[in-house]
Amino acid sequence: MLKTFIGGIHPPYNKELTNQKPIEKAILPKKVIIPMGMHIGAPCEPIVKVGDLVKKGQKIGEAKAFVSVPAHASISGKVVAVEPRPWPGGGLIMSVVIESDGKDELYEGIHPPKTLSHLTPDEIKNLIREAGITGLGGAGFPTQVKLSPPPEKGVDIIIVNAAECEPYITADHRLLLERPDDVVLGLEAIMKATGVKKSFIGIENNKLDAVDSIKKALQDKKDIEVVVLATKYPQGGEKQLIKAVTGREVPSGGLPMDVGVIVNNAGTCAAISNVLKTGLPLIERITTVTGSGIKEPKNLLIKIGTPLIDIIGQCGGFKGKPGKVLMGGPMMGLAQSQLEAPTIKGTSGLLVLEKADVKLYEPSPCIRCARCVDACPINLLPTNLAKFAEKNMWVEAESYHAMDCIECGCCSYVCPAHIPLTQHIRIAKSHIISSRKKK
Amino acid sequence: MDDYRLITTSSPHLHSGENISRIMFSVAIALLLPTFAGIYFFGFRALSLVVITSLAAMLTEAIFQKLRNKPIAISDGSALVTGMLLALNLPPGLPYWMAVVGAVVAISLGKQIYGGLGSNPFNPALIGRVFLMITFTTPMTTWINPVDGTTGATPLSLMKMQGLQTDYAKMLIGNIGGSLGETSALLIIIGGIYLIYKGYVDWRIPASFLGSVAVLSGFLGQDPIFHLLSGGLMLGAFFMATDMVTTPLSKLGKIIFGIGAGLFTVLIRVYGGYPEGVSFSILLMNAFTPLINRFTVPKIYGEVKAE
Repeated sequence: MLKTFIGGIHPPYNKELTNQKPIEKAILPKKVIIPMGMHIGAPCEPIVKVGDLVKKGQKIGEAKAFVSVPAHASISGKVVAVEPRPWPGGGLIMSVVIESDGKDELYEGIHPPKTLSHLTPDEIKNLIREAGITGLGGAGFPTQVKLSPPPEKGVDIIIVNAAECEPYITADHRLLLERPDDVVLGLEAIMKATGVKKSFIGIENNKLDAVDSIKKALQDKKDIEVVVLATKYPQGGEKQLIKAVTGREVPSGGLPMDVGVIVNNAGTCAAISNVLKTGLPLIERITTVTGSGIKEPKNLLIKIGTPLIDIIGQCGGFKGKPGKVLMGGPMMGLAQSQLEAPTIKGTSGLLVLEKADVKLYEPSPCIRCARCVDACPINLLPTNLAKFAEKNMWVEAESYHAMDCIECGCCSYVCPAHIPLTQHIRIAKSHIISSRKKK
Repeated sequence: MDDYRLITTSSPHLHSGENISRIMFSVAIALLLPTFAGIYFFGFRALSLVVITSLAAMLTEAIFQKLRNKPIAISDGSALVTGMLLALNLPPGLPYWMAVVGAVVAISLGKQIYGGLGSNPFNPALIGRVFLMITFTTPMTTWINPVDGTTGATPLSLMKMQGLQTDYAKMLIGNIGGSLGETSALLIIIGGIYLIYKGYVDWRIPASFLGSVAVLSGFLGQDPIFHLLSGGLMLGAFFMATDMVTTPLSKLGKIIFGIGAGLFTVLIRVYGGYPEGVSFSILLMNAFTPLINRFTVPKIYGEVKAE
């Protein structure tokens, strides 16, 4: 029996568009826009001004708070603007705009650190923070914070999230195939930094070649185990992954460390390995550029800050009329309105759906078929929550555990009445959060 | 630059493609099986009753939607299903005009006055049937024998009034007296399995309904197989007690619903004044559904006890 969780859905995965395509280095962008808040937590403060010359890897944003990370220049060139700019998260955010000098010169301060065996746990964590590493799965939580749990939590398991359950996205799949050693090295650094002796790498069984690849890289390391998971969305959801791999359930409102687990994305491990090997901070990432509206779907190694329109251009441009441009996959991705917006650390995919493939539906009445109830991986009653949200019944929504919703989108996906359940619950959550703040 | 007019709706951006009319028409297709059985055993009259009742149901739905200034949505198939279900629950010899009255009541008092699709607490077809049952008791309990069309009785009334046992094989095939679509247990089961396979019927309801009838009737010294194969039980368990709108949301709730309906059915059959109690049992459990929903909220992932 393959390990998995209760609920979930089997959407069409469409991974064959890119899963055979080796990672390609993207063309050096002419301009990058580096947002100062690509992560969860306090944004960092720009430490460069217009006219400054910066080099690749140079710190341009300083993080003062604990839950924050610095930002770095991903190319060499001249700072042409320090101002609020559109970003994929929506709205405007303070950003540093760098115009390339075409040289892609490395900052003098960048050099490889000591080898892993000579680094102390604190040195590793500091390297991770200074390299600006955040979770590359999408949420963008500062990794070093995750790796510093209070000792009383008794963290005893690290899980590497390589499930990659979002349809279309193949960035982690290609990473596991092409650079499995980096994932392993990054994981070993995490284990050393946290002092945890046991870890698991969770991969869905639609990527068995990746399982082989990582097993080969692991050779006979006994403390790291590969767990083959059933292919089901959202298998890569943190809570679902923890349940499948360890059988533990993160308590409602709690964190993985409350059950002794820390989860990191495979891409995050590779980013850590990159710092250990080269000293380079997180300034590029693998992004799957794909979808019916893209001429040549690709897995690209992209400089963080590259405008979306540049990336689309490198993949042959739009095929047909674009309907939606999504940052991320089709289940949880954010629809973009401005193609000037940059890629950020959490951009695992850029999905373009052709206009003809974008269907908009008029919702009809709920027939209480309970499909949403069966699909919900948290075991919520999405139809009830949506009704509460429609009637502004926030207290009731909270008592039916609206805050536990992970917004995976399964309920909306299965609803035969086309009710935007996920969106209703999101609205309920934001009302509940704001009423909590008032208290 | 931004002349693409990109569409920005919230996630998810994929949909399964499932829709309400597909569900309803699948139910209608499954209902064709007992309909064929009815036509085979009771002839043209069965066919015309199904057609007339379905048309009356759809017309009533359209008129009400028009009166309420709502979009006409008879294409969703729900009124068709109600009409078919009602017809299958009628004696084959019922006058047409009574069947039409039943359909009008089913859609108007059973569904539209509550707000239409999704808002009705009771199964509309059963509301129609019980209305006819109480209003036109004699025609609603006048049964005809299959094929020859002579006046006869149902196995349940034969058992209740005269203590006569009907042959199992006849009951399975449907060569017995009864409502036009309830007689062939076999075809109803096949239709039900089709809907379970399609995911439109949760097996828990028919399983717990039939199971509790078998257990309780056996416990009361009755013949469980006879009870399973007789009356409207099969049709009720697979097609009426599984109506999504009027049954509980959770898996546990569905099992409770099925067990409750089974208990009421046997109690009415054995101790009640009517020979049959499936319709009343399902309606009673429909009334309990909000309560069941309230007490069977599933335990969520990582639920912590309220402090």
